[in-house]
Amino acid sequence: MKLVEAKKKKNLTISLCLPTLNEEKTIGKEIIIFRSELMERYPLIDEIAVIDSGSEDNTLEVAKNYGADTYLASDILPNLEPKRGKGENLWKAIYQLKGDIIVYVDADISNIHPRFVYGLVAPLIHREEVKYVKAFYDRPLAFSGNVRASGGGRVTEILVRPLFSLFFPDLTAMIQPLSGEYAVRREVLEQIAFPIGYGVETSHLIDVYHKYGLEAFAQTDLDKRVHENKPTQALGKMAFGILQTFIKRARALGVIEKAEHETILRQFQARQDQYEQNLIEIVEEERPPMIEIEEYRKKFKK
Amino acid sequence: MKDITSLEKKLSGLEEQLKKYREVLLANLVMIGEIPAPTSDENRRVKFILNRFDEAGLTDSSIDGSGNGIGVLSGKDNSEAILINAHADTIFSAKIDHTMQVSSNSITGPGVADNSLGLAALVTLPYILEDMEVELNRDLVLLAGVKSLGRGNLEGIHFFLDNNPFTIKGAICIEGMQLGRLSYSSIGMLRGEITCRVPESYDWSRFGDASAILTLNEVINKINDIHLPKRPRTSIVMGSIVGGTSFNTIARDATLGFEVRSESQEVVERAGETINDIVLEVSSKTGDQVELDIFAKRTPGGIPYSHPLTKCARSVMETLDIEPRLAPSTSELSALIDKNIPALTLGLTMGERTSKTNETIQIEPIYKGLAQLIGTILAVDGGYCE
Repeated sequence: MKLVEAKKKKNLTISLCLPTLNEEKTIGKEIIIFRSELMERYPLIDEIAVIDSGSEDNTLEVAKNYGADTYLASDILPNLEPKRGKGENLWKAIYQLKGDIIVYVDADISNIHPRFVYGLVAPLIHREEVKYVKAFYDRPLAFSGNVRASGGGRVTEILVRPLFSLFFPDLTAMIQPLSGEYAVRREVLEQIAFPIGYGVETSHLIDVYHKYGLEAFAQTDLDKRVHENKPTQALGKMAFGILQTFIKRARALGVIEKAEHETILRQFQARQDQYEQNLIEIVEEERPPMIEIEEYRKKFKK
Repeated sequence: MKDITSLEKKLSGLEEQLKKYREVLLANLVMIGEIPAPTSDENRRVKFILNRFDEAGLTDSSIDGSGNGIGVLSGKDNSEAILINAHADTIFSAKIDHTMQVSSNSITGPGVADNSLGLAALVTLPYILEDMEVELNRDLVLLAGVKSLGRGNLEGIHFFLDNNPFTIKGAICIEGMQLGRLSYSSIGMLRGEITCRVPESYDWSRFGDASAILTLNEVINKINDIHLPKRPRTSIVMGSIVGGTSFNTIARDATLGFEVRSESQEVVERAGETINDIVLEVSSKTGDQVELDIFAKRTPGGIPYSHPLTKCARSVMETLDIEPRLAPSTSELSALIDKNIPALTLGLTMGERTSKTNETIQIEPIYKGLAQLIGTILAVDGGYCE
């Protein structure tokens, strides 16, 4: 209640964005809990929006049924050539949603709790200097319905943390740099570029750090987050995308001088007694800072 | 008995009005359901429920000496009270994944019907009544009872009934399903386990016949041969069996969980004695250890079909177009009957796969179930059931 009062006093509006792609199993529960606890009982958030990349299951139908605003990413800013990826949904949320603060929460969390939102917005409401709040957890992996007690964050530990340690040691202070739950002020979101794929969290950290310094960040302990575990090959693709984003920024900032790279990820798979190579093209395309989009400047009178 | 017609008029439209509480009710349901609460380990779930009572402004809420969660919504005249009871425990171990899955028209998860929905209704009730500006004459005592199922043997509600300060004029037990359930009597019951053990010193060279499962099988066959009368109606439920460890190891122990149920206390007791004789006989014949442990008993009783409370509930159900399905109960209702408190058990919605981890309830009928509950509370509170 104190948080709701503080928010009112500061005249802030808060939007919750749930980016989705085939999330019918978990989306209903997330919306019910956020609506009940953070809109009806304690009016902390002003809108809940699901921004979907084109789900083939009932994600949008379930979300609509429980009262969320639902959007297809491709319907937002339709004049731009559509791109597909979670980062695209997050970027378009800046245009579509009206809040001064936007909270992003992944839609695949099975142990959802209102703290996933109030825990992230509280530092932004109480502390002016905080601009970007990131979640961290003790992450168990959910696998075939059985909950295991430890593990998780493999890409963080074997890719992102070593990279940050090498080139941006300050950013190693982020406990879970890749967590998909964060709350950010609009004035920051509109100023940073958005990779549309796997690199979006990494790029945010580097860009916000570069523009505003480490002081702009806060981190919130959200206890536990249960979600489906990904196979190692999928993590390989994720790492490949993150590396592209990282290299691009490291070069722009002069941290790495010369680093040309390919966009083909090569992975092996075994078929009977033969090994074959899979070539997967992963190009980390980026959306420019939203403030550079004319429609946005018009809509928000900037 | 007061004429209930005026109340029936109030009920029209209630089902529709309750739809606006969907998110609050379902969020409570999901959050309660995801806190494991095996019998005797309901602490975390009860704490959550107490929090909700506190948030609803029920200043007298507390956890009693047995661990029950109690909330009191004060009435205008607090000399008498109505008790609403929902058991807080489930049959599922804390090791089971308690994730609830919400689709557009149903919710699935272990214990969602038995009894997360009952508990969700219990904690949402003060919120709904306040929002609808319903002020009751009597106190409404909301009880989330612990240690109810299995070996818990209704310990929570017994403790509450023995130690509470209220003058309870009527009680309603709520269960997730099935909508239409109307229990107003308890049957005689005896619940126990029979465990067979092959002694440590068994001669393992005796090939093949040294198995606790075979011994238990002998016991089961003999129980199956017990002659049961058709009237009074009696049955023996062989509910669960656990034994052995692998395909190729002789089972060293095996356990049968059973329940004798009858309309007659005498028949229940006679069946209990016969089972005891069977256990002694098989034990002496085989040389295996066979033990009988009876840990729960109920005596038959209840209010008659024509009791004003039953009548009220039936007319509320009729108004809401719910077909009553009469069934005796062996749950918390019998503890209330033992204390001569007029009581009923009602179901809140339709569902399926009871007691499985994918237990499922339908969302749409819940509004009718809630309207029925509120209607019955208003009937008791308005003095229509005396």
